[in-house]
Amino acid sequence: MISLTRPEPTDRNEVILDVRNLRVHFPTPDGLVKAVDGISFQIRRGETIGVVGESGSGKSVSFLTVMGLVSSREAHIEGEIIFKGRDLLKLPQEETRHLRGKEMGMVFQDPMTSLHPMYRIGTQIAEAVLTHEHTSKKAAMKLAVEMLGRVGISKPEESARRYPHEFSGGMRQRAMIAMALILNPDLLIADEPTTALDVTVQAQILDLLDRLKADFNAAVAVITHDLGVVAEHCDRIQVMYAGRIVETGHSQVIYYRSRHPYTWGLLQSIPRLDAEEMHRLRPIEGLPPSLIFVPPGCAFHPRCPYVMDVCRTEVPELGPAHAFNASACHLPAEEKDRIFSQILAERG
Amino acid sequence: MSTAVTSPTTPDARADHAPLLRIRGVRKYFPITRGIVIQRKIGDVHAVDGVDLDVLPGETVGLVGETGCGKSTLAKVITKLHNPTAGTLEFEGRDYTHYSRTRMRPLRRQMQMIFQDPYASLNPRKSVGAIIGDPFRIHKIVSKKQIKPEVQQLMELVGLNPEHYNRYAHEFSGGQRQRIGVARALALKPRLIVCDEPVSALDVSIQAQILNLLEDLQTEFQLTYLFIAHDLSVVRHVSDRVVVMYLGKIAEIAPRADLYRDPKHPYTGTLLSAVPIPDPERGRARQRVILQGDVPSPINPPSGCPFHPRCPLAQFPTCREEAPKLRELAPEHFAACHFPLSGLGDLLTNALTEPTAGRDSQLMPPPTA
Repeated sequence: MISLTRPEPTDRNEVILDVRNLRVHFPTPDGLVKAVDGISFQIRRGETIGVVGESGSGKSVSFLTVMGLVSSREAHIEGEIIFKGRDLLKLPQEETRHLRGKEMGMVFQDPMTSLHPMYRIGTQIAEAVLTHEHTSKKAAMKLAVEMLGRVGISKPEESARRYPHEFSGGMRQRAMIAMALILNPDLLIADEPTTALDVTVQAQILDLLDRLKADFNAAVAVITHDLGVVAEHCDRIQVMYAGRIVETGHSQVIYYRSRHPYTWGLLQSIPRLDAEEMHRLRPIEGLPPSLIFVPPGCAFHPRCPYVMDVCRTEVPELGPAHAFNASACHLPAEEKDRIFSQILAERG
Repeated sequence: MSTAVTSPTTPDARADHAPLLRIRGVRKYFPITRGIVIQRKIGDVHAVDGVDLDVLPGETVGLVGETGCGKSTLAKVITKLHNPTAGTLEFEGRDYTHYSRTRMRPLRRQMQMIFQDPYASLNPRKSVGAIIGDPFRIHKIVSKKQIKPEVQQLMELVGLNPEHYNRYAHEFSGGQRQRIGVARALALKPRLIVCDEPVSALDVSIQAQILNLLEDLQTEFQLTYLFIAHDLSVVRHVSDRVVVMYLGKIAEIAPRADLYRDPKHPYTGTLLSAVPIPDPERGRARQRVILQGDVPSPINPPSGCPFHPRCPLAQFPTCREEAPKLRELAPEHFAACHFPLSGLGDLLTNALTEPTAGRDSQLMPPPTA
């Protein structure tokens, strides 16, 4: 019999996911698309990390690869994805399939297209249980109903018999979360979980993720393009640009002592409700680069207002490996601190 | 979309101007039918349910509300993509409520629209030049030879490379596509542009580019915007006045600064308290009002005040029985509420609020031991 609660919180510092030098390159008729180009990071139990970047920064592809949803037939995948001590890239497919869904769950952006329109919500959630556990349909359904209740859906028995089109956007996203968490995964990946939702619902869903993370003692990765959305919910944030991690750090560091011009750009382009005066917005000029012809040197240099000669030729390193706070930028640290404190002062 | 310094709509300027757009008592009901051959009407979706609104020349009116509040339907009624079920629409004092398509045509030059989804609103089989040039061809205002240079000039104006005249929409990124949509809307030099969620499908960095572009164009061509969005920070940034809609009705209208500083309607207060702030400490320090449940169905809207089932300050039986009218509670500040807020404090002390830790918990049964 499966229970919905973990027996004992194990070591809180246990590394759940350790990604080392991951590269995901897609061959296309136009050339090799370097969607993810050498990223390394860790996620620990009980931690929420925010993965932030624009469209095409590789933030989704890297986690789809972790989930085993990018096939090695369509992409060249290199590096190591160590999940609870085992390298997923070396495991046979049946085993990764077993892990996916059971030990890792994923919530996608658009809950309408990720739910099957012709099956009842309860059936779809119970299917996850039936696929991975030897249990009866009745028991699986009971668990599904219980889970719906835990994600805050009122009248769970009745709701389980409904179809996705009868649910609102927020309820569908709650159902997706129920599905992802029903087997007590150790890692929950949420890919733009609130982008399609209203502000009030967005706040509810993010709070729900926080709470469930604590209950299930899991690790959570929230992928988003908006630094505003994850500010209150993440322990750590990593900022991605053109397939690489350009800055990583505790959220306090990212919001108050960021050391990368791209992160500054992201922070400055958000219109803020708490701003005292109305400034003209400062967008990041230009467009994200093509992933086939990534600019030489620092990939951000064509859009960077602080570009120097060295940026055009040399790729900046992301500080020491596994450092908690690191940025990949050639600017001297004092200079970065000076510029960012100016930006913060302007913002008031 | 203007800053406080350059605002073209100071109170004095307003008094001089007759509204550009004036809508009164506009309703749009969509019938729900059952049966295939003989269709019986079994009800109505009350998408827009009695809206009065004036839009003055040169101002930007922001329209916010949750999904399903009727803001997009209202935009489509204003541009006559839908015919209203009731009410009147006036543009510069002319009543165009019952205009036919042919009679609407000259008016369409004055009134254009920018759509939300830059992927769905551009014809994938036409080149960009043809898409932006279509308004010229339809309205026959420039000679055929003149179309290409005009289009290229527009492309330059919105920050697209004029050499990309023959490219197709799929060759452009989301932000560039939205620029194409802006160029198409500008082609006929309209006076009013209805922007329906123009930036919500874009990355934040690109969103800022488009907002700045719209702001520049407004100054250059003295445009009037009706700007629809669900993002309150974006609306605050662009608008002179803000309209909050809930279930097809206007809950509150106020000049921007007043609405955000001193919301009168509990619904506005709730929305404001849910907006994320890109600052973990300020965000956590702030209290948030937690709204119960979802927006009720517009098929059977609640009696009385449509917000009463979710309102933390509702007083019974008044709120359940009497529909509140829009009242002017401060100069130019209107709210439809029987018991308006005198400050956000009211709402926060009475509502279910919680600091960050343990939020949302009242929704949940305690975890089984």
